[in-house]
Amino acid sequence: MTNHWIDIRNSDVILIMGSNAAENHPISFKYVLEAMDKGAKLLSVDPRFTRTSAKADLYAPLRSGTDIAFLGGMIKYIIENNLYHAEYMQLHTNATFLVNPDFKMPGELDGLFSGYDEQKRSYDKSSWSFQRDAKGVPKSDLSMQDPNCVLQLLKKHFSRYTPELVSDITGTPQEKLMEVYQIYASTGKAGKAATIMYAMGWTQHTVGTQNIRTMAIIQLLLGNIGIAGGGVNALRGESNVQGSTDHCLLFHILPGYLPTPKASWPDLAKYIEKSTPQTNDPESANWWSNRSKYITSLLRAHFDSGLTTEEDFGYSLLPKLDDGQNASWLMLFDRMFKGDVKGFFAWGQNPACSGSNANKVRKALAKLDWMVTVNLFDNETASFWKGPKMDPSQIDTEVFFLPIAASFEKEGSITNSGRWAQWRYQAVEPLGNSRHDSQVMNELYSRVCALYKKEGGAFPEAITKLSWDYGFKGLDGKIEHIDIHAVAKEINGYFLADKVVKGKSFKKGDLVPSFAYLQDDGSTNSGNWLYCQSYNGKGNNMARRSQKDPSGIGLYPEWGWCWPVNRRILYNRASVDASGQPWDKKQPVIWWNGAKWQGDVPDGGWKPLNQPGTKKSFIMLPDGVASIFGAKMKEGPFPEHYEPLECPIEKNPLSGTKNNPVIKLFYEEGGLEEDIFYSCDQRYPYVATTYRVTEHWQTGVMTRNIPWLLEMQPSMFVEMNPQLAAEKNIKNGDWVKVSSARGQVEAVAIVTKRFQPFKVQGTTIHQVGLPWCYGWSTPNTGDSANLLTPTIGDANTMIPETKAFQVNIEKRG
Amino acid sequence: MELSRRGFLKLSGGAVGASIVGVGLKPAQAYAAPLAIQYAKETTTICPYCAVGCGMIVHSRGGDVINIEGDPDHPINRGTLCSKGSAAYQLRHNEKRITEPMYRAKGSREWQKVSWDWSLDQIAQKIKATRDATFMEKNSKGQVVNRTDGIASVGSAALDNEECYLFQKLLRSWGLVYIEHQARI
Repeated sequence: MTNHWIDIRNSDVILIMGSNAAENHPISFKYVLEAMDKGAKLLSVDPRFTRTSAKADLYAPLRSGTDIAFLGGMIKYIIENNLYHAEYMQLHTNATFLVNPDFKMPGELDGLFSGYDEQKRSYDKSSWSFQRDAKGVPKSDLSMQDPNCVLQLLKKHFSRYTPELVSDITGTPQEKLMEVYQIYASTGKAGKAATIMYAMGWTQHTVGTQNIRTMAIIQLLLGNIGIAGGGVNALRGESNVQGSTDHCLLFHILPGYLPTPKASWPDLAKYIEKSTPQTNDPESANWWSNRSKYITSLLRAHFDSGLTTEEDFGYSLLPKLDDGQNASWLMLFDRMFKGDVKGFFAWGQNPACSGSNANKVRKALAKLDWMVTVNLFDNETASFWKGPKMDPSQIDTEVFFLPIAASFEKEGSITNSGRWAQWRYQAVEPLGNSRHDSQVMNELYSRVCALYKKEGGAFPEAITKLSWDYGFKGLDGKIEHIDIHAVAKEINGYFLADKVVKGKSFKKGDLVPSFAYLQDDGSTNSGNWLYCQSYNGKGNNMARRSQKDPSGIGLYPEWGWCWPVNRRILYNRASVDASGQPWDKKQPVIWWNGAKWQGDVPDGGWKPLNQPGTKKSFIMLPDGVASIFGAKMKEGPFPEHYEPLECPIEKNPLSGTKNNPVIKLFYEEGGLEEDIFYSCDQRYPYVATTYRVTEHWQTGVMTRNIPWLLEMQPSMFVEMNPQLAAEKNIKNGDWVKVSSARGQVEAVAIVTKRFQPFKVQGTTIHQVGLPWCYGWSTPNTGDSANLLTPTIGDANTMIPETKAFQVNIEKRG
Repeated sequence: MELSRRGFLKLSGGAVGASIVGVGLKPAQAYAAPLAIQYAKETTTICPYCAVGCGMIVHSRGGDVINIEGDPDHPINRGTLCSKGSAAYQLRHNEKRITEPMYRAKGSREWQKVSWDWSLDQIAQKIKATRDATFMEKNSKGQVVNRTDGIASVGSAALDNEECYLFQKLLRSWGLVYIEHQARI
């Protein structure tokens, strides 16, 4: 979230689309209702009429996978009716920038942008660039009238998204579209705020990243980013999925979103040179120019502090990806299926139910030599070898199950969706013989390290030179108990030598006050620069519990700690005009008092934009402004509607390009049978989507095993509209079989008006929905909806498309 | 004085009690049963389910959990919890919790109970054997990569920050690059 949960109460209009906050983030809905009590309007856009919709001022249905069309129509409406916040766009976005005249758009190229290479399924992006002056700074037209400026190109691109065409794609009645557009676009004025609450309903698509970019563009047009009650807010689904992302348990990034080293970056100098963004604009802060400090401090935290500058502080000890190597989820299980992965950890995760195309995942697990599963409860991954269609005698995978402590049986911090890191204390000892995760990690570290010290082996230095100094070491050099505070302090970072920084003297061993003090000469360490300030000389800031809210807008600056540097609302310098005065005088986030900033921690402490020495407001981007034109995207600098890989219609009504042209296709000529998909096929005529229920969480391991919760939501169901049910002779409560090209589940039919047929391209299209929280290891509950979902991912992130696929439904015989 | 909501309740409760002692002339006619949590230890925590980050209080006595409820001082949830958070007590009092390490051998139809020491030694040996057998010092272009593609890991958004950091540090020291978790999917 750019903003945070409590801030939702500051909104004038709340759009909940691609999420269902009332059911899946129930306590957050408190703030939606609080805003509504003050007069805010709630808009719910969803394929299904949910409990969120039930509370909304306006509900608009849409077919799964058509969000860009829906929102693209809103962009057209905003621009053509001059409802955008022009001054905001001129100051804080690249709407004024002039684009290379060679740049061509889907309206001219039948759904493609200029530079497409059909063989490589990727773009040559050279035309997706700005015109630059002699100094290399992008040229601008502040009036935003030049036909090559970003705003005019955006207007031209989305002029194709007429209400008639959008309605014909999404199935949303035109009058509902217009009502949503009118209410949402009413916030393009200073002093009005609209927020978006989205979740996996937007991300789990082949166009997931572009779904969110479309909304980000709307928020920038309306001046809704950086302000109270605004922002782009992802409702993250797991208690610490924000923290686990920040600490980068992901193939492509190291803690603090630093790129993973790759083969063509053989040393630290090359890493820094190639991964540090450049700018020629003296008014751009280009904060990532500090990359060298963050990667050096990370290396100092990871490896023996005796390593020197000449030894690159241990850079060579980090594994490197091949250039272009994608080691993301779908690729990982694809390799495992092909027998290329021998050993596997499933630590606090249940991929046999959470992985898209779960049959493929389950078969892949049988190809492993060994697997370590770490969990509170048995689950479909740990016991896959005795699951449906498995013959244990034929499965050679050795499996270890390590039982671990529940959250309140250990101590440490977690980071919520609003980026608040909060400390949890240990209430009781771990149950029975279960152990802390950190203790298990410590044992594995010690034992593997001891083996390498004793026996040697492949590249032992990477292991023996790891720094692991988290507690009292016994005679044998082994730590018995990990001191979690020592880990938290290393994440924050220490001075490793006496040093004067910014006029302040620090001693070796002092905690670094904040990331502005980190160094690239090896004199500081920090496991994650983004968390530098979380645990410093003032103590464990994540454990703070002050009720103070001097802002009155719910920032609670001394409750826990929030990254970066306790800034509660990101991009807050866009909440003010050039003189530093807030657009919204009633709910200011920050303001310039003539000498300094007041309010929240400003996003860059420079003077206001009309004063000499200022820096622009989007400090993480090389151009210093927000990207309405976003050339980093793989499928185009503006979003374009493409159909889901599996969809119910023959053609994309917008162009001759049916699917996202740059997604990786797993199932091709000679591809794996497991990855098969059928689009517009009479055998699988119904659109399907997946979702959660309040009483269950993710694959259900931590809720199916809770008797109180299982009693409330006991088994698998499929929701369908009464018309479809009548056609298929299915009655409410009947058991039905739901099948896709890849798998089948049994479910109880819920015949409900919550789903309604869509009118798309002159035909009637039915959509059904299933929860994905059940699994065979809990008796009589059913199995995972991910047995149905496809092996296909978003072009930018490779998140699987589990929110739009095709199924058939039959009454069980 | 900064007074939290719970602090206020405690103080006002005390004040009511004092007034009864001070001015009550007649003996009380009825007594409420003492709350089960009256002498329990209170520990604050954050809900382990979704990412709203609601505060909870764990009441424990004799080393075991006797109650979990919403933390009224927490600025986000102000004492409220959804159905999942309200059921967190059963994460502790639950006969399905696995409390001993288990092992499933090749071709076996069942789990067997094993010791921590044996499990951890076995796993350490397997990590080393697989790493040594699949370690790639250079790729096909002759570039130094120092990694293994023979071991992969998924998880976890259920770990604490400190554990996430330790886990990625450990996995990367072994040379893994196939490191993924819930955030991808």
